Amino acid sequence: MAAVERVMSRRLFGGLAAGVAGGVVLGGCSSGAPSASTPLRVAAVNHVWTRAVRERLGEFEERVRRRVSMSLLTGDQLSSSYNVKLNASATDIDVMMVRPLQEQLLFAHNNWLADLSDRVQEPAFGWADFQAPPREASTTGGRVLSVPVVTERPVLYYRKDLVPTPPKTLAELKSAAERLTDRNSGRFGYVGRGQRSGAVTQWSSFLYSYGGDFTTDGRSAIATPEAIAAYEYYGELLGRSGPPGATNMSLEQAMPIFAQGKAAFYIDADAIYTGLVDPKVSAVGKTIGYAPFPTGPAGSKPYNIPSWSLGINRFSKLQDDAWEFIRWAAGVQLVTALQTAGIPGARASVWANPAAAAGFPPELAAAMQVNARNGVGHDRPEVLQVGRARDIVGRPLVSAVLQEQVAPVARDADAEFNDFLVRDNRHRES
Amino acid sequence: MANRHLKWLMLSPALLFVGAMIIFPLLFTLNLSATDAFGAVNAGADHIGLRNFADAFGDHRRFWPAVWRTIGFTVSAVLLETIFGLALAMLMRRAFRGIRWVRTILIIPLLATPVAIGILWLLILDPTTGIANHLLGALGVPPQEFLGSVRASLPTLVLIDVWQWTPMMTLLLLAGLSTLSEEPEEAASMDGANAWQRFRYVVLPMLGPTLTTALVLRAVDGLKTFDIIYATKGAGGGSSFEAETLNVYAYGLTFDYQEYGLAAAVLVLFTLFIIGVVLVLRRRSARSAA
Repeated sequence: MAAVERVMSRRLFGGLAAGVAGGVVLGGCSSGAPSASTPLRVAAVNHVWTRAVRERLGEFEERVRRRVSMSLLTGDQLSSSYNVKLNASATDIDVMMVRPLQEQLLFAHNNWLADLSDRVQEPAFGWADFQAPPREASTTGGRVLSVPVVTERPVLYYRKDLVPTPPKTLAELKSAAERLTDRNSGRFGYVGRGQRSGAVTQWSSFLYSYGGDFTTDGRSAIATPEAIAAYEYYGELLGRSGPPGATNMSLEQAMPIFAQGKAAFYIDADAIYTGLVDPKVSAVGKTIGYAPFPTGPAGSKPYNIPSWSLGINRFSKLQDDAWEFIRWAAGVQLVTALQTAGIPGARASVWANPAAAAGFPPELAAAMQVNARNGVGHDRPEVLQVGRARDIVGRPLVSAVLQEQVAPVARDADAEFNDFLVRDNRHRES
Repeated sequence: MANRHLKWLMLSPALLFVGAMIIFPLLFTLNLSATDAFGAVNAGADHIGLRNFADAFGDHRRFWPAVWRTIGFTVSAVLLETIFGLALAMLMRRAFRGIRWVRTILIIPLLATPVAIGILWLLILDPTTGIANHLLGALGVPPQEFLGSVRASLPTLVLIDVWQWTPMMTLLLLAGLSTLSEEPEEAASMDGANAWQRFRYVVLPMLGPTLTTALVLRAVDGLKTFDIIYATKGAGGGSSFEAETLNVYAYGLTFDYQEYGLAAAVLVLFTLFIIGVVLVLRRRSARSAA
């Protein structure tokens, strides 16, 4: 014991403690420069685009002589993953798949995305070839922060065996849906998203086609007569002709119901059509028809948006290789190949190429062209806190689907949305 | 003197662990709750005193309903789990043929992860394609919305929680029952007490300390329930926030709204609330023991 006491002097104890603490600090700080064997890490959503790109990764890896590690998550998981990792300035994500209309403003505010303004100007890349609405959505505060890779418009999916000709107006759609609903036999006239936040993007096309929008001159517009009419229409359509529990349905719940042949009409993004025609998951693939978004009192005004873009993590140590990946994934060659396989991109030249359109069923390709022509460039409020805005805007929508009085809820949500917009503006300026 | 240093050196790994994993996060959250942190935690934030707490207390749309839902969910679930758990424990107190099988089957819900259980029940209770409505239909009962309904969501979640956690209550109470002496019960029986009187006036008081421990454990777990609610109802606890408890609300503030200051304030209040519940249960237990 005496020996231990001699060994464990105050000085030695202090030295040991300092050593341990120093080791912990240095260990935490060390990050290490990337080597040739460091993979390029791509954080992506589990989407038909990502799966198609993953199959072709070998081609890119050969070109840059670097392995690519692609992690696939759901949209919400991906968003949470960015929040956790980038709050810690993590370097283990290089290429980020982002929803420009959902996250880009916030990520720009947080300074998480690298500025691509100079890189996209490379003549060979052809930035001007990208359609204008997706290009605008990728630009925040005059800086290009992402490059669009998947675009979406809503399309009216219908069952050709039940409906010989698709409805051309929203009024026709509602009456046909009500006529085809037979709850006793488990068949519904219409299925669509009814979840508070998830439904907002699809409802936006109904809102625009009734002549409304989310905001006007920076103030809430969700209690205008047009917006209330759009809420009521959607509520009647889904509430009267939709399946039970519709307010719990987002894409993941609504799509299987149509694919199982339990609904006559379904409006959702055109980019998901491959999931509806796949015989492994769909019982109605051969009987599906496609039509442009029906006309409302203010015309047919569907959204036409870039749903997914690629950006570069500002903390990445492989930014040049990350840009090479974006150049390859958003290049004319790959976009043409993917669009031919049925995944709509954002390049105008590819859309003008008849060979690329051949990848879609002819009726769908025609509907997509019409919707793109009539399209509005956003499908959700253009604010910093999109999640909170969608929760507020979606509240009257849920009341409508539940067949409750819409106007009082819309007025209450309108007041809340105005308060929110003031706070959101304050955050933007901070 | 040096011996004292040796003691601290030996303790230092545990102290470092506690400091890094408990004390630092608590202090960080406490500090965050007094700031207007938004967007990114590592971005600059101003100290705003207790404004986040005032905002939370003044929020009658989300915060207060979430508080009442948290209490309602926990009280209903723990009450049912205690009643069923106690009944099962009393049944299984005496050995019978096949008791091992019964015990094995009983712990199956405990082995599965809450998210897997959530998805399992989501599929079973799906209003359109789930097996529950098919079975009810065969009995002539009209289809139910279950988790798809605003009104039925929280009661359905309570029942799922009861299905999963009653076995744990049973096992805890069974362990308590096995330590009780049989003599007082035999004496009561000799004095003419019937089965209910023996249970109410002999077994239950003797089981008090075990029951309190089980209640505290389940109450704290129940208050913190997140995974089953999130797996079945998603962000915000459903379209009308019908299953949004405090945990789900705080998660939404953090990951959906990036309002880190307000989220931290809600979590501080939530922690204080849990500590309060534990103290009340402990004090009541001590009083009844005295």
